[in-house]
Amino acid sequence: MAVLEITQQIDARGLSCPMPIVKTAQAVKVLPSGAAIEVLATDAGSVKDMAAWCRTTGHTLVDQTSDGAVYRFVIVLK
Amino acid sequence: MTTETLAPFDPLADAIAAVDGWPEAVEPVRALAALPEPEPAASVATRDILIIDYSGDLEKVWATMILASTSAAMGVRTRVFVTFWGLQVFVKDSKRITGENWMQKMMSAMQRPGISHRKLSKMNFFGMGPWMMGRLAKQYGVASPKELLEAAQMLGVEFIPCQMTMDMFGLKPEDMIEGMGEPAGAATVIGLLIENSTPLFI
Repeated sequence: MAVLEITQQIDARGLSCPMPIVKTAQAVKVLPSGAAIEVLATDAGSVKDMAAWCRTTGHTLVDQTSDGAVYRFVIVLK
Repeated sequence: MTTETLAPFDPLADAIAAVDGWPEAVEPVRALAALPEPEPAASVATRDILIIDYSGDLEKVWATMILASTSAAMGVRTRVFVTFWGLQVFVKDSKRITGENWMQKMMSAMQRPGISHRKLSKMNFFGMGPWMMGRLAKQYGVASPKELLEAAQMLGVEFIPCQMTMDMFGLKPEDMIEGMGEPAGAATVIGLLIENSTPLFI
């Protein structure tokens, strides 16, 4: 598998629901289809919320990691 | 004299049969087991969201703004119909007294309009409750209703003011925040509901 080139990183650390989703949605408006983004968040609810957001919008959640404090999501845009 | 065998007397079973028909035991069980898992890859066919923002209480305005901005962020066309106490939220923060006659002016004096001047429906304690709520929100990284309103507007949420409420409270278009939609009425709301909108009354 080819290495994904991250087009933009969205730092939503320290933000509570729904701002990680809202910030991500604002950022991806100007990005082209196929671009990969990385979202950093500390809100524990964002694990389920990011999955729901991807399911509704049609973007693909390709990677999801956590070091216990920060959640990292890699999403490829539709 | 002919004798007939009497049918077994079971009024309860007859009553059940009359209402439901006799249950078929096998089919429903099989149907349950065959329920398909929701397909994760298929994109969801979305309906529009229509939030009716009736309340001007801080906590309910907060809920409205969270749901409206999130729904727009999820790519769903979102409209918020703002009416009655909810309309006071969308008056500019800088306005102190609104209205034309003394009653309308007194109403705005008793409850200052604007999204930054909301009161809690419980534990308001002359502004102590909202002040503490604001401090806690900041501490935990929760966006204020005003920040969420700005995000919602950037994401394309349409805020539709209620014409009747504007007239009754003596509110003019220039009293309202920038970017409000054209005032409309109840028929617009019902029209949207029967077309393709999921309603939320807050």
